[in-house]
Amino acid sequence: MAGQHQTPTAHHEPSFPWQYVIGYVLSLVLTVIPLWLVLDHVLTPTPLTIGILFCAVLQIFVQLFMFMHFTHGDGSGEPAYQTVVLSIGYFFTVVFAGASIWIMSFSSQVQ
Amino acid sequence: MTTLAHNNVEHHHGAGDHVHVDYPERPIEYQTQDGALKILGFWVFLATDLILFACLFATFIVLRTHTDGGPTGKELFDVPIFTAETLILLTSSFTGGLATFEMHRGHRNRVIGWLIVTALLGLAFVGLEVNEFVHMALEGATMQRSAFLSAFFTLVGTHGCHVSLGILWMTGIIIQLFQRGITPITARKVYIVNMYWHFLDVVWVFLFTIVYLMGVM
Repeated sequence: MAGQHQTPTAHHEPSFPWQYVIGYVLSLVLTVIPLWLVLDHVLTPTPLTIGILFCAVLQIFVQLFMFMHFTHGDGSGEPAYQTVVLSIGYFFTVVFAGASIWIMSFSSQVQ
Repeated sequence: MTTLAHNNVEHHHGAGDHVHVDYPERPIEYQTQDGALKILGFWVFLATDLILFACLFATFIVLRTHTDGGPTGKELFDVPIFTAETLILLTSSFTGGLATFEMHRGHRNRVIGWLIVTALLGLAFVGLEVNEFVHMALEGATMQRSAFLSAFFTLVGTHGCHVSLGILWMTGIIIQLFQRGITPITARKVYIVNMYWHFLDVVWVFLFTIVYLMGVM
């Protein structure tokens, strides 16, 4: 019954999951800051919107780099091809949202 | 640490399962050629799923002010509830990460434990969301009421469906871990389901920011 408790190749992970703990703390901080900014009305609407969106974008990086092994290759020495794929996905996301807002800003007819 | 996989190309797991290992020197989830392909394939899926959410977000952002005299986000959204949902999902992303961590260290029971915690947190999240939707509907804020609410329920509901599917998927993998232990195949499944889970957390952060925070602003 090999592989029931110990895998054949338990490999180089540190003994304490520092990367995950730091990522978790960062994600909590990046949630509390925008919440506080909105509830305490410390900023006017435009800087407030930019501020909370900035925190959300930082959250993406925390999840990608601390949790999702975004830049890790498959161990063969080949590049991490997912960085290309997901970057294209993010590019389209920004374009879809941004272009929709832009083009709809010309019309107030849509109810 | 270096044991079976370095010596034998084939090694045995549980009740006669044969796992063919192509690359014993790689992290366990990448040890089969099939596993490495499936992980890259899943990144491609995440990119396409991201575009699905991009379309729903774009629709919501355009329609968020079109309330047709009906209830607005400010009237409907409950700060403690959506904050709790956010904290629950962030924590579940962390515990899912711990499952991957323990998988790399080869502790089957800890992987199972963290996956169970993750799935239960996911269940708590879905429970809160269903409760929120029911309350909104009872107050007359149904999907049919306004363009804002159509876009809201479609966007948030699509995310909720993803989380619900993730819980079922994770349950299946927990059962397989009980039956087969950590093999290059089950390890790849744990790795991919956690990629999916972290991705849903990223999407939720934007729901939290754009739908809820900007809704109560």
